[in-house]
Amino acid sequence: MVGLVFDSLHTPGTPVATGRRSPAAAATAPGPAAGPAAAPGRRPGTVRFEAVSKTYPSAAGPVRALDSVDLAIPAGAIFGIIGRSGAGKSSLLRMVNRLEAPTSGRVLVDGAPVDALDTDGLVALRRRVGMIFQHFNLLAAKTVRQNVALPLTVAGVPRSAIGPRVAEALRLVGLEDKADTYPSRLSGGQKQRVGIARALVSDPEILLCDEATSALDPETTLAILDLLRDINRRLGITIILITHEMHVIREICSDVVVLERGRVVETGPVWRVFGAPEHPTTQALLEPLTRGLPPDLADRLQPLPTPGGSAILRITWAGQGTPDLSGLAVAAGTPVRLLQAGIERIQGHAVGRMLVAVPGADPDVEARLRALGGAVERLGYVAPEAEAG
Amino acid sequence: MTPQMIDRLWQAFLDTGLMVGVSAGIAVLAGLPLALFLVISGPGGIVPAPAANRVVGAVVNGFRAVPFIVLLVALIPFTRLVAGTTIGVWAAIVPLAVSATPFFARIAEVSLREVDAGLIEAAQSIGCRRRHILAHVLLPEALPGIVAGFTITVVSMIGASAMAGAVGAGGLGDVAIRYGYQRFDTTVMMVVIAILIALVCVVQFAGDTAVRRLRAR
Repeated sequence: MVGLVFDSLHTPGTPVATGRRSPAAAATAPGPAAGPAAAPGRRPGTVRFEAVSKTYPSAAGPVRALDSVDLAIPAGAIFGIIGRSGAGKSSLLRMVNRLEAPTSGRVLVDGAPVDALDTDGLVALRRRVGMIFQHFNLLAAKTVRQNVALPLTVAGVPRSAIGPRVAEALRLVGLEDKADTYPSRLSGGQKQRVGIARALVSDPEILLCDEATSALDPETTLAILDLLRDINRRLGITIILITHEMHVIREICSDVVVLERGRVVETGPVWRVFGAPEHPTTQALLEPLTRGLPPDLADRLQPLPTPGGSAILRITWAGQGTPDLSGLAVAAGTPVRLLQAGIERIQGHAVGRMLVAVPGADPDVEARLRALGGAVERLGYVAPEAEAG
Repeated sequence: MTPQMIDRLWQAFLDTGLMVGVSAGIAVLAGLPLALFLVISGPGGIVPAPAANRVVGAVVNGFRAVPFIVLLVALIPFTRLVAGTTIGVWAAIVPLAVSATPFFARIAEVSLREVDAGLIEAAQSIGCRRRHILAHVLLPEALPGIVAGFTITVVSMIGASAMAGAVGAGGLGDVAIRYGYQRFDTTVMMVVIAILIALVCVVQFAGDTAVRRLRAR
């Protein structure tokens, strides 16, 4: 929750180069022809879901896990799929490398349907699509080096070529010194790094992350997300991740799709979905990241103005501009007190909320504040002694 | 005890070792593929074959249901076919192996089934074919459990081999019955019991050590 006002001159809607990946690169990446992130000789790594449905039989009758999902994931994106448990996100992800098959509809990787593949084709596809898991799924009977080498070993890569590639993959994840250790001796974060190295050693164009940070502590989660972002930027690999944690999406994703009971309920660039969540599910998932009204203020909030009191306004930014603090006072025509604020920059867009107290009961103040770019909502009034909140 | 008796005990010890050793080897060679088949062809396995799975499962259960002493007699025609004789150590090895194979297969099956489905999925995701999954995931990951199960199999076979005297195969159990029970020679029986206890302890210790080594990584 930093970056209150970095550049008040920044024009609304224009992505600004920040530490984060530019959303424009992902959003405008073309189809299978040539992604901007694609290195020569590398296929771009696009994924399309076309009317994908999945029905499971169960004791209580058929369960519809996915319901005609249409989705296009551009090459080089970090694409997030979020939803509650049982929303169908895991099924959707596992259809990309066909660990699961759809009941109807098609899944296309780089324009080729994966449903039509025979065993050889499927094995070839899986070598182009890496995957990491919530519980890491490392082989306990093999050393780190043997785990990372396995995709190459089973692909029949000559032993002399395996060594350097394994070493390179381990260097990429920062675990060169653990090559001869068994996974049981590693921490959760290190295990996931081994998982990442194993997924990357065959030089895939797509990396699937199945709740890859859900079993890790917050600090390790951030380190793993940093690594994934770095891999995306340096290698141009399309990353598709599923999670139930919104902060993971905020941290690294360029685009997000929200699933609820097997249906896509919201999709778009992360800054827009975070700034102006439309569906109740999205709003509920964002709840932990959103500050509500402080309880002491909520207790004193009254529907009608008090003499000498203030109006309490909530200003919401959803990427339409950046808060101009002096402009706020000018527009209000009176000094404005800042009660609470949480503004973040997501992909160069200011997203968040401010809670301000404006003395008096001027009914036109919302309209004037709205001109600054945010959405303004009058929550109520407080008596003078309470406004400092 | 006379030197002849010591000789006799030594010979019996070797006979028991030979019977148990050879049939344990056969039990592993036949039981492990059987266990693998039961696991991979079962529900949720990597090569589902429900009908064949049920048939093999029923056959395994059938052999497990027959007491060894009954099997020993019932298998006599088969033993003659395989070993060319119905008496002696080799005649005992056939029913011992036939009895130990389904026993070991079921124990190994449990260990194989305990291999996390996530590991198989991870192997599939990196482009492993079925044979790779067997060689790199199922067998190595289940190995500690399989070794522990093999130890149990060998110990129970040492017990079963005592009945091999019924087909004149000798062995420690046979000596104990003939001298201890039929001739009231309590000393011989006590010595045999001591040898059997020591043998089982050694086998169990070796098995436990192997399992601990495998799990320590």
